[in-house]
Amino acid sequence: MVLAVSYTWDFALVLSYTNLWVKGLGVTLAYSVGTVLGGMIIGVICGLLLLVRSRWVTLPVHFYVEIFRCTPLLVQIVWFYYALPIVLQVELPDWFAAGLGLTLYMGAFATEIFRAGIISIDKGQWQASRALGMTAAELMRHIILPQATKRMVPPFVNQSIIQLKNTSLLYVVAIPDLMYTGSIIVSDTFRPLEVYSSVAIAYFVILYPLTLWAARLEARVDQ
Amino acid sequence: MTSSGAPMVKVDGLRKSYGTVEAVRGVSLEVERGEVVVVIGPSGCGKSTFLRCINLLEEPSAGTLQVGDRRIDFSSRKSMPHGRDLARFRARIGMVFQQFDLFPHMTALQNVMSGPVIVKKMARSEAEGVARDLLAKVGLAALADRFPRNLSGGQQQRVAIARAMAMAPEIMLFDEVTSALDPELVGEVLDVMKQLASEGTTMIVVTHEMAFAHAVADQIVVMDAGQVVEHGAAEEVLLRPRNPRTASFLSRFHSTIGERKN
Repeated sequence: MVLAVSYTWDFALVLSYTNLWVKGLGVTLAYSVGTVLGGMIIGVICGLLLLVRSRWVTLPVHFYVEIFRCTPLLVQIVWFYYALPIVLQVELPDWFAAGLGLTLYMGAFATEIFRAGIISIDKGQWQASRALGMTAAELMRHIILPQATKRMVPPFVNQSIIQLKNTSLLYVVAIPDLMYTGSIIVSDTFRPLEVYSSVAIAYFVILYPLTLWAARLEARVDQ
Repeated sequence: MTSSGAPMVKVDGLRKSYGTVEAVRGVSLEVERGEVVVVIGPSGCGKSTFLRCINLLEEPSAGTLQVGDRRIDFSSRKSMPHGRDLARFRARIGMVFQQFDLFPHMTALQNVMSGPVIVKKMARSEAEGVARDLLAKVGLAALADRFPRNLSGGQQQRVAIARAMAMAPEIMLFDEVTSALDPELVGEVLDVMKQLASEGTTMIVVTHEMAFAHAVADQIVVMDAGQVVEHGAAEEVLLRPRNPRTASFLSRFHSTIGERKN
């Protein structure tokens, strides 16, 4: 308590590290966009594979999804960063190994979102399309996906918001994102209070508008 | 198209089972070009399943099925067509469902155009002409640009009929198409079907509308517990049923037939 009263805040010093902050923010945004896009591609492919009527196809996909949903993301990031290169006997670039866990994690959730969107479409839509003589590809492209993607967007945006926050876990593998940059500035200034407050505010400023946008999207789909 | 004389649809000993439950137990039926066949029977008698077997929305377990010049024998496994072959088979058969099942992201016009454009790869301008003619025919020319959610049940079902007709099918299947409608909307849909029948459309109709059956059916098939218990000319079956089960089923409807005829 005594500390809190006598403490003099000094944001000016902390904010003077402008270059570092900007770079950190750039790394956070790059990993967010990159892993979300990568996860989206995985999600579409795996989501479509789940529709195949063969267990040989769907079981491995379910296995993948459950592994990533049922282990902590932090463990995944560390495992892909330190263990995978040893298992595969290859040297992966640091930035790539660090993003792998995050991407596959996003992919697992995107797969579920994609699958849920597809199966939420009424059975009547499938039978009416088949009765007209559409092939599986035609009915997917013209009837199911146009309706399903609309329903997939809100959960996907929500998951992307979570994903942006999750990039802060890259801290543990020394990727200079917003969070890691903060820790560097702390060791230089001994001002953890100002630095980590600034980090929190930065995340909030990016994410709050996104959550508002997500809420609007949801309202539009509900119409 | 078949040569005249051969039946449009010929079903022989058709069976459909789900595990140990047999929903259709050896049904045979011949439908000539231009004929209207009405299938009646109590709920759960297998009449809808039988209808869905004809365009292979359900895969028959046994029997033979011939539509036009295509004959499929289900006594051997792997006789069920797949992929594009199956899609082509279905494209020649129109079907209308109880719940309309219009595509909600398309207008009435786009719904009717969907078959010709997506399946037949018809040019949009040509398909639009076909679709507008059909919408006019079912009395909905003015509502072409409405989305299904802004149409009444009766209007949606008429769009669904137009959508199926847009494929110029060789035969139309109607699966209890008025059962989900408010009573005051049933008439407008039945009128469209009567018009199609009078124009020589080959139709198989599963329905509980006995007055309609009486008015348009050439043949009536009565099903019970997965089997045909009575089959014959409409007048015969409806007014002088031989099978006691048919008689008891029809006794509930006879008053309505009399009423509507007046």
